[in-house]
Amino acid sequence: MSEGRIKRMKELPSTHLLGTGTAMCSGCGGLEAVHQIYDVLGEKTVFVNAAGCMTLLSVYPFTPFRGSWLYTAMASAPAGAQGVRDALDILIEQERLPASENLDVVVLTGDGSAYGMGMSATSGALDRNLDFLYICYDNEGYGNTGQQSSSATPHAAATSTSHNYAGYKKDLFAIWAAHDPSYVATVIGSEPLDLARKIEKAKELRGPRMILALSPCPTGWDYDPKDSVEVGKLAVKTGIWPLKEYVDGEVVHTRIPRERLPVRDYLRLQGRFAHLFQPQENTALIDAIQARVDRYWDNLV
Amino acid sequence: MQPSLLTGNAAAAWGARLARVDYVPAFPITPQTEIIETIAGWVESGDLAARMVTLESEHSMITAAGAAAATGVRVFSATSSQGLLHAMEMLYTVAGWRAPFVLVNVSRGLSAPITLEADHNDIMAARDSGFLQIHCADCQEVLDSVLIAYRLAEDPDIRLPVLVNLDGFYLSFTREPVALPAAELVQTFLPPFDARNIRFSASAPQSQAVAVLGGGPYSYFRYECHLAALNGVALYQQVAEEFAGLFGRDRCAVEDYRAQDAEIVFYMVGSFATKAREAVDRLREAGQPVGLVRPRLLRPFPAAPIAALLAGKQAVIVIDQNLSVGQGGVLHTELTCSLYGRPDAPPIVCSFIGGLGGRDISAQEFYQMVAVARDAVDAGVAPPPRLLYTAEELRETRKLQAIAMAEQVETAPSPQEQGDE
Repeated sequence: MSEGRIKRMKELPSTHLLGTGTAMCSGCGGLEAVHQIYDVLGEKTVFVNAAGCMTLLSVYPFTPFRGSWLYTAMASAPAGAQGVRDALDILIEQERLPASENLDVVVLTGDGSAYGMGMSATSGALDRNLDFLYICYDNEGYGNTGQQSSSATPHAAATSTSHNYAGYKKDLFAIWAAHDPSYVATVIGSEPLDLARKIEKAKELRGPRMILALSPCPTGWDYDPKDSVEVGKLAVKTGIWPLKEYVDGEVVHTRIPRERLPVRDYLRLQGRFAHLFQPQENTALIDAIQARVDRYWDNLV
Repeated sequence: MQPSLLTGNAAAAWGARLARVDYVPAFPITPQTEIIETIAGWVESGDLAARMVTLESEHSMITAAGAAAATGVRVFSATSSQGLLHAMEMLYTVAGWRAPFVLVNVSRGLSAPITLEADHNDIMAARDSGFLQIHCADCQEVLDSVLIAYRLAEDPDIRLPVLVNLDGFYLSFTREPVALPAAELVQTFLPPFDARNIRFSASAPQSQAVAVLGGGPYSYFRYECHLAALNGVALYQQVAEEFAGLFGRDRCAVEDYRAQDAEIVFYMVGSFATKAREAVDRLREAGQPVGLVRPRLLRPFPAAPIAALLAGKQAVIVIDQNLSVGQGGVLHTELTCSLYGRPDAPPIVCSFIGGLGGRDISAQEFYQMVAVARDAVDAGVAPPPRLLYTAEELRETRKLQAIAMAEQVETAPSPQEQGDE
């Protein structure tokens, strides 16, 4: 096992595998993460996609992937991964396929499927200890249909179905960890070293492994596409998006912001939170969001 | 080989075993569960070298089945009723993938009201999905049809999944003598699955089931599916002939039971056709030239052999064990549509709905349907569609309603209480 092989930024893969010219929005934080993930995973992969923004990566007759791809449906990508994994195992066992032709099976899903419709199929795959990697690009809403609220939407966000979302973002990391899989990690494209190390680790493990990537979304979150990296960095620095991993029954935080920036720095950049600042500052609500973040980090100690 | 006494479910499982399937994604549902339990037992004992996995729903089960078939292994699965409908999105999807595998459906009426007993609304709901459909009338036919279904599904000119249908309870739990074909003969009839270009592998990356933009490519791929399915009419006939040569049983696309010289024929699918055969024999004894025409193959629709068998008949009695609400029987609709405009088409095509939710169709009713058809022939006018129901059944249902109403009266608030509110 070569855990921790990537230690410095300059050790990140220099060959970029995912093709350009896809139909994703400019500044897509999900695509930013998938680019980096794919560079580490490599082309001996089959991506099993659930309905979402990234369905549009492969539109006949084009694909940005050097490896394989299977589009399934919104609810059952992990079951598609099950079928492909089992079939590859059978073919290799029966010596109808040389082991060198084996592929890593990777589910690619947005938060709409991961946090909601696809959860039953995901939980089932975890029960069965399916050997697969599960990548969720989480842009905190049904992005492909115009950013309606999903159960990944954060408290107070404006979406196209809520002016001020009353719910709280579901803790998908904890739901996965409760299944005790091989690996769970949160990542973000604006922290490429942390991301690459986690993908590298996930790649070495077998069994169910999830990468949950917060995916700043200029279209759905309403900010200038050039600010995607900045929004991502602030998500980490304010403590809103904790970078962590679950392995061997323990949760380890991989990046602990010693002095957290106030959440308002993160919120203020995004149009979806503009109503917290205009026409006048909603101090109570901002403080409530801050208190929730503080409580999370305080409880860690 | 001596015939064994097998249920329809066991016959389906034997079909999968003799087909040497590689992979069985499963999910339990009555009245199908015995199929996957039987297979699970063989997988555990080593009698069947397959991998079996229980999914958490039929939607996932069909996804896994399609994905495995799209990776190049031979796949078998089974479901019923609500399960088939829960998987409906994926039925269309995996047919669009051109994933060849066999799915057995054990027909059962659909909710609501919820029931366990047989009718064909479940399988009819899947008729436009791209799955081919073979309908069975007895347990032997179930086993035989599973083998034939693999030949159809895996043929390079077809490459579509196939549904094999049997009736819940009437076949699923009824033991009949079933001859188990010799494994070596089945090897000859059904060689190992040659997946050719259907695969995922490191050195030959593939994108399957990608999105399309616009109606041009979408229509193209849907038409391709349709044209491939239509190839199935001729191929089915060829495969059935081969099957008859090897195993000595006629499994042609359309069963003709004493129909050649008949004036009036029953037209139906499924196990109740065995009751129709019995009625035909009794009516023949009474001097009435009656017969039966029963499609085994329903998708693709074998329009030409059906029309040929019905040509020149005085009347056809279509018995639908399904109900398209607001329209009527699905078989009746499809048959009249395919006969329309043919010069020798029967002038009278009567529609009867019967056998919903496991309701029996009695011998008396078969005789009565012939009487209705004969009157229609004499009058020269097709009768209105009929929903089979006896006075006795209505009385029994009225009794249940009376009990339900009595409960309602006892528990309802009195007029005064209502007034207080």
